[in-house]
Amino acid sequence: MLASDSRPGSVVIRFVDVHKSYRVDGKDIPALEPFSLEIADGEVFGIIGHSGAGKSTLIRLINLLERPSGGQVLIDGTDITTLPEPALRSARRRIGMIFQHFNLLSSQTVSENIAFPMRLAGGMDAATIRQRVDELLQRVGLQAHASKYPSQLSGGQKQRVGIARALANRPSILLCDEATSALDPQTTASVLDLLAEINRELKLTIVLITHEMDVVRRVCDRVAVLDAGRIVEHGSVADVFLHPQHPTTRRFVNEALPEESAGEHLPYRHVSGRILRLSFRGEATWSPTLGRVTRETGVDFNILAGRIDRIKDLPYGQLTLAMQGQHVDTALQALRDAGIEVEELAR
Amino acid sequence: MIATHLPSLQSLFPNIDDWGELGQACIDTLLMLGGSLLLTVVIGLPLGVLLFLTAKGQMHAMPRLYGALSLVVNVLRSIPFIILMIVLMPLTYLLVGTKLGIRGAIPPLVIGAAPFFARLVETALREVERGVIEASQAMGASTWQIVRHVLLPEARASLWAGVTVTAIALVGYTAMGGAIGAGGLGDLAYRYGYLSYKSDYMVVTVLLLIVLVQLLQMIGDRIVAHYSRR
Repeated sequence: MLASDSRPGSVVIRFVDVHKSYRVDGKDIPALEPFSLEIADGEVFGIIGHSGAGKSTLIRLINLLERPSGGQVLIDGTDITTLPEPALRSARRRIGMIFQHFNLLSSQTVSENIAFPMRLAGGMDAATIRQRVDELLQRVGLQAHASKYPSQLSGGQKQRVGIARALANRPSILLCDEATSALDPQTTASVLDLLAEINRELKLTIVLITHEMDVVRRVCDRVAVLDAGRIVEHGSVADVFLHPQHPTTRRFVNEALPEESAGEHLPYRHVSGRILRLSFRGEATWSPTLGRVTRETGVDFNILAGRIDRIKDLPYGQLTLAMQGQHVDTALQALRDAGIEVEELAR
Repeated sequence: MIATHLPSLQSLFPNIDDWGELGQACIDTLLMLGGSLLLTVVIGLPLGVLLFLTAKGQMHAMPRLYGALSLVVNVLRSIPFIILMIVLMPLTYLLVGTKLGIRGAIPPLVIGAAPFFARLVETALREVERGVIEASQAMGASTWQIVRHVLLPEARASLWAGVTVTAIALVGYTAMGGAIGAGGLGDLAYRYGYLSYKSDYMVVTVLLLIVLVQLLQMIGDRIVAHYSRR
């Protein structure tokens, strides 16, 4: 399934002129500058930023673990900042959350941890809860570990318990607070796959915060880049990833594409020809356009750097080339006509 | 069984003329300990939870209430128990109608030990990971649900360690109470062992108290180990 198929519908989370500051020793220290943002139904929305950028504060505004200093936070059209305590508690039951350090009850077994939110909500008999726990254990692949205690599990297994617990009350939104930051790369990949699967199959809206661009690339549809309490850039992951505007975004993207970082500094002065960056997305990635165009126009090219990968389900390629010949402009036009984005880095 | 052991005990401690009295003193000490420990937990546990919740930076931070409770707890803890007992005599009489015996001993024992236990409860609850509390809030748990289903179960092991420490402190308090009319092993040790120079009484009561404390510590450690899941 292509990302465009799961393109979101209506808005489920809307921030209107929200800002947040903390009072420390009688002074207001701003944590988040005023911002407005919309997150749509069924999308995976990433918020990326360095530590201290305000991303944990931002994600906690969605279930009001942090109260905004001003502005509105609308969930399904309701401004939750105005809700009285009991109504807020039931609103929170519709929003699951998983954490970097899992935050499981160490005194309870895996099953009891998963049953916990249902017991808190009340109104479910023991048999219904047991059945739901079994269902969830199966979804996260932990049937064999039902009666273990968290201390007997690996990090990845603990996060799976966290995910099962977050899903117990059938939420419409799942918040992920650095959910993979404490995990090794392989475990991270499997947890991200699980999140993507949940998003697809349960049509759940996922908001995640991370400091790793790779997490965003693998699972997110859209992303916002947070820098020192400000959203400096946001848009579809493909746009932000392939054409980062803000310096902070570029740094994040370059972390994910180490070989591309060279492009910033253009160490290609000694290379003759025009230095170009071609970005392919979707089907264009798989067609031999570059070969055809260069053959037809008689230009020569030399690949300086490149990568072909996926952004969530969207295949993409990005090549840095040096091109020379009489008809480079014609070639570039032909590439653009074929749906390939062309940027000229140096002439 | 007892008959076969008695002659040897008799020859070991010839100055003890009434073993029945000693047995009764043991029972009195155990009754005082059990009764006061139960009431100490019943009063100290909620007090400790209240201290925890109202402390700065916690779920229901109320600096003034916390300050007041904290002061009361500190004051009660800083008075030596034997003095506290004497000071409390009028209140004790008002509460249980006597200043003497097991009944008369229980109010001061509880008032002396409950603040101590409350502090141990507060410390135990502070050890519960903040993240776990935050996760429960995110799940829509009320404060009562967090106390009942998160804080107390998560702190179970430390709470039982606190009960053990408190029980052992209470053994000491009951012995002290004996000196001013509470009865029990402390009373025997004081009256016969100290005032009448019958050192056999002193030795036997001390041995019995050592055994009691050892038993309490052993039982406590077992319970703590059973509930440790980290």
